[in-house]
Amino acid sequence: MSLLSDVRGSRELLVNLTLREVGGKYKRTALGQGWSLLNPLVQMAIFTVVFGVLIKIRPDPGDPSGLEVFALWLVAGLLPWAFFANAVTGGMGALLANANLINKVYFPRETLVLSTVFSWNVTFAIELAVLTVVLLLFGGAPLLFLPLVVVAGLLLTAFALGIALALSVANVYFRDTQHFMALFMQVWFYATPIVYPYSYVRDKASPAVETLYRLNPMERFVTVFRNLLYDNRLPSLSDAVYVTAAAGLALVAGWWVFRRYEGRLAEEL
Amino acid sequence: MSAPSADPAIAVDRVSKRFRLYHERNQSLKAALLRGRRAAYEEFWALKDVSFEIPEGTTFGLIGENGSGKSTLLKCIARILRPDAGEVRSAGSLAALLELGSGFHPELSGRENVYLNGSILGMSKRAIDARFDAIVDFAGIEAFIDQPVKNYSSGMYVRLGFSVAINVDPDVLLVDEVLAVGDAAFQEKCLEKFAEFRRAGKTVVVVSHAMGSLRSFCDAAAWLEHGRLVKVGPATSVVDDYIDEGHAERQETAGGGSRWGSGEARLTRVELLDAAGRPTTRVRTGDKVTVRMAYETDEPIAKPVFGLALENLDGVYVWAHHSRDGNFVPDSISGSGSVDLAIPRLMLQPGTFDLLASLVDYTTTHTYDFLRHCYRFDVEAGQPRESGGIVALDGEWGNLRDRPDDLDLLPAERT
Repeated sequence: MSLLSDVRGSRELLVNLTLREVGGKYKRTALGQGWSLLNPLVQMAIFTVVFGVLIKIRPDPGDPSGLEVFALWLVAGLLPWAFFANAVTGGMGALLANANLINKVYFPRETLVLSTVFSWNVTFAIELAVLTVVLLLFGGAPLLFLPLVVVAGLLLTAFALGIALALSVANVYFRDTQHFMALFMQVWFYATPIVYPYSYVRDKASPAVETLYRLNPMERFVTVFRNLLYDNRLPSLSDAVYVTAAAGLALVAGWWVFRRYEGRLAEEL
Repeated sequence: MSAPSADPAIAVDRVSKRFRLYHERNQSLKAALLRGRRAAYEEFWALKDVSFEIPEGTTFGLIGENGSGKSTLLKCIARILRPDAGEVRSAGSLAALLELGSGFHPELSGRENVYLNGSILGMSKRAIDARFDAIVDFAGIEAFIDQPVKNYSSGMYVRLGFSVAINVDPDVLLVDEVLAVGDAAFQEKCLEKFAEFRRAGKTVVVVSHAMGSLRSFCDAAAWLEHGRLVKVGPATSVVDDYIDEGHAERQETAGGGSRWGSGEARLTRVELLDAAGRPTTRVRTGDKVTVRMAYETDEPIAKPVFGLALENLDGVYVWAHHSRDGNFVPDSISGSGSVDLAIPRLMLQPGTFDLLASLVDYTTTHTYDFLRHCYRFDVEAGQPRESGGIVALDGEWGNLRDRPDDLDLLPAERT
């Protein structure tokens, strides 16, 4: 398992680089880490007003939690997505952002992508902790499911990491990658049931479109997180298998692409 | 060269490295799709089939012109570049001083950056803890260690970078022209540290342009030309052969030199000529040399004053002389032409020097043109050969007297 031994060998570097990312992100801002919470809060407010109040999207109440709060339902899906989007976008740019380092020092290059993704894990964890408290205040019972939330979080991290690793080298060879991905992530966001429930697609689309729609691994991830946090029940077996497979596949493929193309990074940068 | 030791610190084994020169540096997906492939490029071999061994405990120099592949080779040894053929084997840990402080994060404090940079260079937290005080002490920035490094002066930045790198305490240290950092006092400390390193039996690999320091500093050297190995062996013989071939000429005239002035008259060329009148960037102590300044003017300039100055790599102002002080005041110049400053004996010790040239009016208050660092040259050991420093004074030892009653008398007072 070269993957694991690589990561273990550069564990300390990884920790330090992650701390650099976490520490550097909000350095010299009055709110500091507060910004990492403000961002999803503002997004939540906007989407709640637009989709919950104006367009009146009505997701099914949490089953069995009985929760019927649009904002909480939204955030249970929005937070995993925001983590995924930030991790992919940040990880994708990590090699370019550290071009000077790659050109001057040897160290395992993947630590740059890993540390960027992991720095967003820190943000994600804080956000999930706050969400858990709020869910409790509103009468949900997410505590029992927290261990599974952690597992789902790890799988999502693996999924994001695999994509980020592959895209980070692609971005060095083709600088358009990041601009293309900026557009693609917007499409992906609306192709995933975050601001509307999956049932809206199921009721309106033909079976073929629905099958296609459900191929999107993020659709499964969002569903799993909502099952655990908002509904407080176990996700379906098919969803669980699907996200595990997607995460494993993405990580192996991403790592392979990275290994294949990292040799000439210093000269291409 | 000496027989390859059983256990070389570094073995360079038939290493070749190919670079791609893109005709258009257009790394876009669209361009690639339109063409059906990535941008057209030409390949050239920066290194071709280079093999040698660096025995443990030696200080090894890589010499060659710009573009000879020596820096590419150093990067291959440092594992920053991956050879296209052959391999570099190294025993023990490596640390490369290619650019100091390159891993620093400007918003983080010096302390945080020491830990970050140390771990990039492969140090464990415990090792950094143990050496932290030594690192800060060596860099001489105790008072600023908790400030963000973006507030550091460039000197402090480089000193801290060097200090971290040297304290990694690797088995092999790779150095690329960084001997020229910091002020003179800090350079002295760096050289001491290198010496300490060598005494500890560690291996140092240096790329440098300064032939004088390479010869005295290194045990062995490899000479590369157009990516091929020309010669490898004891440093003195390799450096001498290299200089005899006339290869020590610098290709660049110290890039990054700045320029200002009103521009009615401009200095178009400044060069150093050897005794035969050929431009050179390599001279020996005591050589007869001439500095020639070429100019052009838009309008006649009355009573121009030409000026020249020398700085060494530490930025020490070594010498200056302008033509008014030299009682050489032309009535006027117009069009284009040149002027010479003849130096019968260049009394500089071995080292690297930069020329500064100016063209000002008779009052020396109005600057037509000023070129900073417009010409860089190396001084090699020649005659007189003295022990060290910047200038050669052609001092002569003698007049040994051992009668104590005479000791308070200076020679002039004796009759």
